[in-house]
Amino acid sequence: MLEQLPLYQQAILTLAAMVLFTSFALLAQSRVVSIIHIFAWQGLLVAVTTALVAYDSGKHDLYLSAIMTIALKALFIPWLLHRLVKRLGIDREEHGAEHPATVLMIGAGLVIFCYYVAQPIEQLSASVTRNTIAISMAVVLLGMLMLVSRSKAVAQVVGFMSLENGLFFAAVAATHGMPMAVELGVAFDVLVAAVIFGVFFFHIRDSIESLDVDQLNRLSEQDE
Amino acid sequence: MNDWLLALIELILFVALAPLFSAWVKRVKCWLQNRRAPALLQPYRDLRRLFAKQVLLSHNASPVFRATPYIIAGATLLAAAVVPFISVNLPTAAIADVIVLAGFFALARFFLALAGMDVGTAFGGMGSSREMTISALAEPAMLMAVFTLAMVAHSTNLSTVIDQLLAQGLVLRPSLLFALLSLVLVGIAETGRIPIDNPATHLELTMIHEAMILEYSGRHLALIEWAAQLKLLIYGVLIVNIFFPWGIATSGSPGALAIASGVVFVKLLVLGVLLAVGETVLAKMRLFRVPAFLVLALTLALIGLLSHIILEVG
Amino acid sequence: MTALYLTLLIPLLASILLGVFGNHRGAAAFNMLATLAGFATSVWLALIVLQQGPLGGEAGQFHIDSFNVYLIALTALVGATTSFFSTPYMAQEEANGRLGPGRLRLYHASYQGFLFTMQLALTTNNLGVLWVAMEGATLATVLLVSLYRTPESVEAAWKYFIVCGVGIALALFGTVLLYFAAAHVIPDAEHALLWSVLAEHSAQLQPVVMAIAFVFLLVGYGTKVGLVPMHTWLPDAHSEGPTPMSAVLSGLLLNVALYALVRVKILTDGALAAGGMHSPQLAGNLMMGFGLLSFTVAGLFLHRQRDIKRLFSYSSIEHMGLMTFAFGLGGPLATFGGLLHMTVHSLTKSAIFIAVGHASHIARTQSIEGIRGLIQTQPAVGWGLLIGTAAIAGFPPFGVFTSEFLLLSATMKSHPWLTVPLLTGLGVAFAGLFRHLHPMVYGERPEGQVAVSANMWPVVLHMVLVLWLGLAIPTFLADWFNQAAVLITGKGLL
Repeated sequence: MLEQLPLYQQAILTLAAMVLFTSFALLAQSRVVSIIHIFAWQGLLVAVTTALVAYDSGKHDLYLSAIMTIALKALFIPWLLHRLVKRLGIDREEHGAEHPATVLMIGAGLVIFCYYVAQPIEQLSASVTRNTIAISMAVVLLGMLMLVSRSKAVAQVVGFMSLENGLFFAAVAATHGMPMAVELGVAFDVLVAAVIFGVFFFHIRDSIESLDVDQLNRLSEQDE
Repeated sequence: MNDWLLALIELILFVALAPLFSAWVKRVKCWLQNRRAPALLQPYRDLRRLFAKQVLLSHNASPVFRATPYIIAGATLLAAAVVPFISVNLPTAAIADVIVLAGFFALARFFLALAGMDVGTAFGGMGSSREMTISALAEPAMLMAVFTLAMVAHSTNLSTVIDQLLAQGLVLRPSLLFALLSLVLVGIAETGRIPIDNPATHLELTMIHEAMILEYSGRHLALIEWAAQLKLLIYGVLIVNIFFPWGIATSGSPGALAIASGVVFVKLLVLGVLLAVGETVLAKMRLFRVPAFLVLALTLALIGLLSHIILEVG
Repeated sequence: MTALYLTLLIPLLASILLGVFGNHRGAAAFNMLATLAGFATSVWLALIVLQQGPLGGEAGQFHIDSFNVYLIALTALVGATTSFFSTPYMAQEEANGRLGPGRLRLYHASYQGFLFTMQLALTTNNLGVLWVAMEGATLATVLLVSLYRTPESVEAAWKYFIVCGVGIALALFGTVLLYFAAAHVIPDAEHALLWSVLAEHSAQLQPVVMAIAFVFLLVGYGTKVGLVPMHTWLPDAHSEGPTPMSAVLSGLLLNVALYALVRVKILTDGALAAGGMHSPQLAGNLMMGFGLLSFTVAGLFLHRQRDIKRLFSYSSIEHMGLMTFAFGLGGPLATFGGLLHMTVHSLTKSAIFIAVGHASHIARTQSIEGIRGLIQTQPAVGWGLLIGTAAIAGFPPFGVFTSEFLLLSATMKSHPWLTVPLLTGLGVAFAGLFRHLHPMVYGERPEGQVAVSANMWPVVLHMVLVLWLGLAIPTFLADWFNQAAVLITGKGLL
């Protein structure tokens, strides 16, 4: 029961819930700059949670993961996106979903779905963080939902990166992190992906003079 | 018998302090905006003046129009009686149920909306329709937040909820955090504060609450105004006493009651400052953005509920 | 171990060197040289494994057994032959003005980078590193898909990036769950993601967690395999990228993704069989379902294609579906067939794409309607395309026929009623390919169509190998297939 846990373990759970909230905020938010800010907050929350889990479990390499997360997800990628958005001149645009309320409701449904899927897994674990497995899975699926509900490239990228946050969070929650070699590899992949996404913004804009990915519809299996 | 007396005193205090709380919020706002603040007793003077004035009724006003101020005042008074103000475990605790509370508010709002349409002016109908739109969105959010509370404390009785939370001591509960945020948003919407509605404006494009009571005068208007101030205080007390219950009196001893009164007073003062700061930094939002605001409240409440189920049970 | 390290290091170093000095005129030659050296070391590695058995030890970071050793050699071979094709092809593209030297540098560096990720994915023993390598493969190829910078190619690359990125993310979630299950069984956390260690303890892994993990891994790596309905990126990426890229994507990437899937299936099967509470066939049944769906849908889509590269990429989906079905079916016969099919499909499909690349240069279009009379214009290309397509459609005596025959017999044995959709699907796919192929290779030669400088030796080499595998499988290869079948199903064929 919650009230028997020490305060920092309660804090882990509270922070997990806040990470989930940032996912919802990302779904609801439509201003490009705000989206990027919320994403940075999410990265920070994930990193702080990781540090608390590291303190809780005594696994010191998790501190390193936390620092890496702050550097990558809370600072570098938001900074990169911010700069790109400025350079592309779209920092005042609205990149929202078409039916935000519907999307939020679907999101709530996804959380419930994750709860049911994760339940048998959670029963096998004795650690404090076991309950956050469902949350991390929800963050993954909400990131996916954001990807499919947005038509603008920047919002899609943030959705993708938020999905990555969920994956990292899942690794922290379920198993107190992956082996260091894998963590480093994943971080490297994310870094390269972020840079390539940046390159793509310019390619897309050069080819369709907009970042509305819905306009990329030349290749499909429809009869011309 | 003593307990009943205490309950009655608390209710009288509650009702008497409501205009003061509104005045305090207004005063802090004035300070923040570099304006000269009206006296803290100004709302009382306004009410006295309105009670003394003659009631003017439109020719086509029905009995509903005339009865509404009393119904609103009565329902709000009962709601105030339900909320533990200074001490818990009063005899009124038997009916101190959050769903009853929501019911009283709904009753008052229903009649207010009816009265708004009763006279047949354009503004009244417009205000009623806006009020109902907002409440249709706000009520599910409020109930969801209330259910979260109820699940945490295993009860919908406010007195029991507060008792339970006091007994647990300081526990960081994600569910309560989100329920609090949601309830704050709902409270802002329901009491017609910025950024949903502006209590200080009669601008036809934006007013909601004021549009419905435009046709009232004299003691009718005084009752409705007083009820609105009371409603704001009820939300304030709900928020401070449920989410920060420390200091509330659990026994009827004079010492505990004195401490509890002081603590509640300070908590309300702080809440008033926060409300004023919020109203100063935020601009009133367009009516079409209000649903998004309330959907946010609903989402917050939902996350609260889910995080209770997912994170706190088991 | 030296051979192993060289197999990995050569493409990695080549990628870095080509990235830094790629503007040099000798870049294409260096690319060929590097792939050739990579092929030589992979053969060396195969010889070592042939003599000494599995490499990598109990809990090493690398693990070479009979299941991946031939895939490593195959990857190096296809990488090498495709680089030989790509040299004249990319020179032609440069002459046509579609590419500049900067893009060519990117192309060469990414090509080697891609080969490195493929070899890393195949050789590693760590399932986490396997994931990193698979994601790396996406990153290495995504800029190649948009190499021409046309709106279509940018769209294809974006779709490829997003769809594969999300898919592979789900695979990471599956990997995390796998690690979660393993952490309960294997005390040393550093070893808990090593495949060889996991395989030993697979019976102790929690069946419920493994089942959920497998579903995530199936969807994740299945996206890369090109299984319907996660296949949408595949035809686009294949058709819009440069043709050598299509050849290695079809011939290598899909194979390696399927390889990853089969590796985790082995673990899941072990856990479910021991657990007893779920259907022990869950993993196999899921793979059969996805495989059959992909096979059928892709076969039907073949009929409505207008772009020659899209046509053959749907054919790739169809064959990947068939292999997924084979591994899902289980049993030594089907698995043997699946392994053989992986090899021959890889060889045949890359050969076809090479021929297709030359054909589209001859006709100056990728549209099927624009490609006519290839045999009249340039018999080598026309015949190459014809023979390649005949082989992929399952004509005897090519290797594809053999593997499909094995698979059909296995299906007949265990699920007789499934042979009907399989045979129908093969017929539909056959018709879909040939109705388009016939006018392209025979047809009237349009005015002014001239031959181009083409390097058909890779095609000849691949087709000879496929023919050889169809007529007689060399003993060492059959032994490897057999040992791999033992590894995957627990029973051997021979």
